[in-house]
Formats: sequence, structure tokens, C-alpha cells
Amino acid sequence: MPNNTSISTNVLFDLKGKDPSFAAEVKCRSGVDINLCWHCQTCANGCPFSQAMDYAPNRVIRLVQLGFQAEALGCSGIWLCVGCNTCSIQCPNAIDVAAVNDVLREMAIETGVHVAQPQILDFHNEVLNSIERYGRTHKLEIMLRFKFRKRDWFSDFGLGFKMLAKRKLEFLPSRIRDVTQIRNLFQPEADEAAPCKIKI
Amino acid sequence: MQNQNLTTLSYYPGCSLATTARENNSSLVHLFRHLGFELAELEDWNCCGSSSAHSIKTELAFDLACRNLSLAPPGRPLLVACPSCLLRLRHAHLQLKKDPNARSRYETMWDRPFDSELNIVHFFELLDRIGLASFAEDTPQRLKGLKFVSYYGCMLALPPALRHAKDYHGLMERILSSLGATPLNWAYSSRCCGTFLSVARPDIVTPMVNDIIQGAQGAGADCVVTACAMCHMNLEVRCTLTAKVPILHFSEILSLAFGLGTNEQESWLSRHLVDPVPLFKAMDLLK
Repeated sequence: MPNNTSISTNVLFDLKGKDPSFAAEVKCRSGVDINLCWHCQTCANGCPFSQAMDYAPNRVIRLVQLGFQAEALGCSGIWLCVGCNTCSIQCPNAIDVAAVNDVLREMAIETGVHVAQPQILDFHNEVLNSIERYGRTHKLEIMLRFKFRKRDWFSDFGLGFKMLAKRKLEFLPSRIRDVTQIRNLFQPEADEAAPCKIKI
Repeated sequence: MQNQNLTTLSYYPGCSLATTARENNSSLVHLFRHLGFELAELEDWNCCGSSSAHSIKTELAFDLACRNLSLAPPGRPLLVACPSCLLRLRHAHLQLKKDPNARSRYETMWDRPFDSELNIVHFFELLDRIGLASFAEDTPQRLKGLKFVSYYGCMLALPPALRHAKDYHGLMERILSSLGATPLNWAYSSRCCGTFLSVARPDIVTPMVNDIIQGAQGAGADCVVTACAMCHMNLEVRCTLTAKVPILHFSEILSLAFGLGTNEQESWLSRHLVDPVPLFKAMDLLK
């Protein structure tokens, strides 16, 4: 770089081989125009979880804008987002960041990249398994199965016991009558390929 | 002041109120009966999909919400108690309104026409509309001396697609102060409680919850009043401070102030991990 008088963006980003269709797909599937983001970082400052994330919310958006697919789908930021919407409420351009993260998580699973927070995916899967089994969530079973997956028997043991004693956790699930209807929703559909079926 | 002619509303309790937060459910039913409304649970309702469905399977989240919408009888509002369920149901309803493909999916799947007029209301909206604050002025100032902070959590806030709906921040302060209680200012009224990370990453949620509770203590609050059953649970289970603050459901404190459900009050309060009984005894609120 000559004399440090100007900084070329070439040294900041290597965009070679980055795929612009990634941003287009995220936009299409989420219905969110991520190009409205001007990186004011209001979302990153408001996010209660950004301290724990590798990429804060606006930086994930930047990765998508520039076509860094592997980085965006492989980061922990998308999994630590709980969808509290603090970011999108504070965003001056009303970008629904949480909806973008929903799509990025789905794409991470579809493309089979390394999931940065596997225990969070495990948790989601246990919740969905519970819904598939009963039509509703059975918290005790979700927690026990989650602990089993992690092979973690002792953390929260005292808490779980206390919650059982207080009847905050129930032994038996609350279930719906027509569970078959719910189970059918979990069956893969024939026309799964169409990516932009439902959006706002 | 018991109202004899009850208006029936459809009611979606959601998984938390049906199980872990039964005290929230029961006190809410008592409160609404007192105000003249019978809550008729949706026949065979299912989970709204919770955070997990929209986190990894948006289409499943849509279908789960739609089944519930299809169960709502026409011509009466659908009352939702849980802010998170409310968001899921409203989001699906908005999708159905905007997207003809979504609508035809719904109609094929659930074999009934889409009701675009269905009014999905959070119970705050109803309390606001019937003017509970002025209603409360007629009753004795049962909450006099109680200093509280209101905790709305994050789900009552509105994401961009739903941002034109009315915002109900301030409602708990208004109603409880009309019953004699003193609202205190603090910085955490809309802070997220950590939701499911409370199970998946308690190491992240514990310091967040401790911050919130310390905020309440710093403000000098006797208790935290919550709008959401999930927030209630997280604030109770993830606080590791030695000095704790009782966490009360809004519906619970209202029922207590109006003297409702006297036979069940003990069973509500015994389900709390932070015992609120000493506080209520000191205030002479328990029969």
C-alpha cells in the first residue's frame, strides 16, 4: 500500500468468489430488504446477547450483503439470537433482523455447515420433537432429553428438583386430541424445492 | 361488583399457562369473570410453535399457528395471554391477509375459509379498552404502600411487520397505581429475559437476569410485576443473588387486589420459587 495515504478496500475484503445470489436468496426468503442497512450499529448496541456473539447483528447483515455465505451461516450470532426483536424495533430503517436470522439458521441446516452452537439446535429440536409427540410442549421431558444429549446430569439438578416440588414442572404432558394432524405437519412435502413460498 | 351477563371470548392460553404458569391462567380467568367475560378455551388448541419452530422451520411455525387460527369460532375476539404466542398468531394472521398463496395453503389444509376479520387481542388490550384503571378507582386502595417495577419483557414490543399495532407499555403502572401501588422507574422494563437460552445457555442468561433483579432492587421495589409467563419463570429460576425479589404475574396481583379466587390464592402463591407470601401478609392482602 503506497505511503498509507489511502486505504484500498481491496485489502479489507477479498470478494473474489463471493456469491451475490446468497444475499438475493436471503432477501427473497425473509422478505427483508437487507440493503437498507447503513450499519449504524443500533441493533448491535441494543442486542442483549451481542457480547456473547462472534458477529453482532449488523455484522451478520454485512456478511450477507457481501456474499460471505460460509461465515454468515457458520457464525454463533445467528444461533444466540432469540428473536426478542429489540434490534428490529430500534432499527431506524425497520429491518427485521430477527427474520433474517430465522432464514440464516434454516439455510445453515439445509447446507449442512458446521453449526456454531450445536446445543441450541439440540434444544430447538427437542422442543419440536415434543410438539410432534403431544401437539404441545412438555417442559420436563424437553429438559431431560436435552440434558441427556449433552450428557450433563448435574447442572440444574437442584433447580429441577425444586421446580418439581413446586409443581412448576409436570410429570405428564398436556396433549391434544388430534395429534395426527400435528404429526402430518412434520412430514416432508413433495414440492419442498420452492424456496420463497411464504413470506410477508 | 360481580357481573352476571358474561360475554364469551375465545381464549388461547398457550403451553406455559396450561402447565408451568397455572397460577397465571387461573388468576386471569378469575379476573376476566369479574370484569364480565367468560374465557372459552379454543377446542383442542396446539402449541403456537414457540421460539423453536420459527427459529429453524418457518413453514412449520406458520402451519402450527394456522391450525389454532382455524379453531377460532367466527364473530368473537381471540384473547391471548402469552405475549410470545400472541406474536406467533398475529404474524401468521398477517401473512394470511397479505399472501394469497399462504391463504390457499391454509384453506386446503384446514378445510375452512380464512377469517380475515378475526381479532387477536392480548389481554392488556382488553383491560385498556374497558378502562380498568377507572374501574379500579371504585375499589378500595388495596395495594397502598406497594412499591413495584413493571416488567414487560421483549415480546410485547412489536417487530416491523406488526409495528402499527398499539403499544401497551405503561398500562401496568397506570392500573396498579389506580389501586394505590407506587410504580418505580427503572431501566429494565423491556429487557429480554433470555427466553430459551435459559435452558440452552444458562451461563449467558444468569448474569442478564441478575442485572434485571439488581435493577429492581436498586429502584427500591418490593416486587417485579410481569406481563409474560416465560419472563416470570426465567426471572425466578435464573436469579443467583442471595437477596431475591418476589416476581408476580400481573393477573395475580390484580386478582389479589380485587379479592378474587380467595380459595385458590394459596395454591397460586405456593407455586412461586421466590415466596411472595411474606410481602402479601405484610400488606394484609391475604385472607
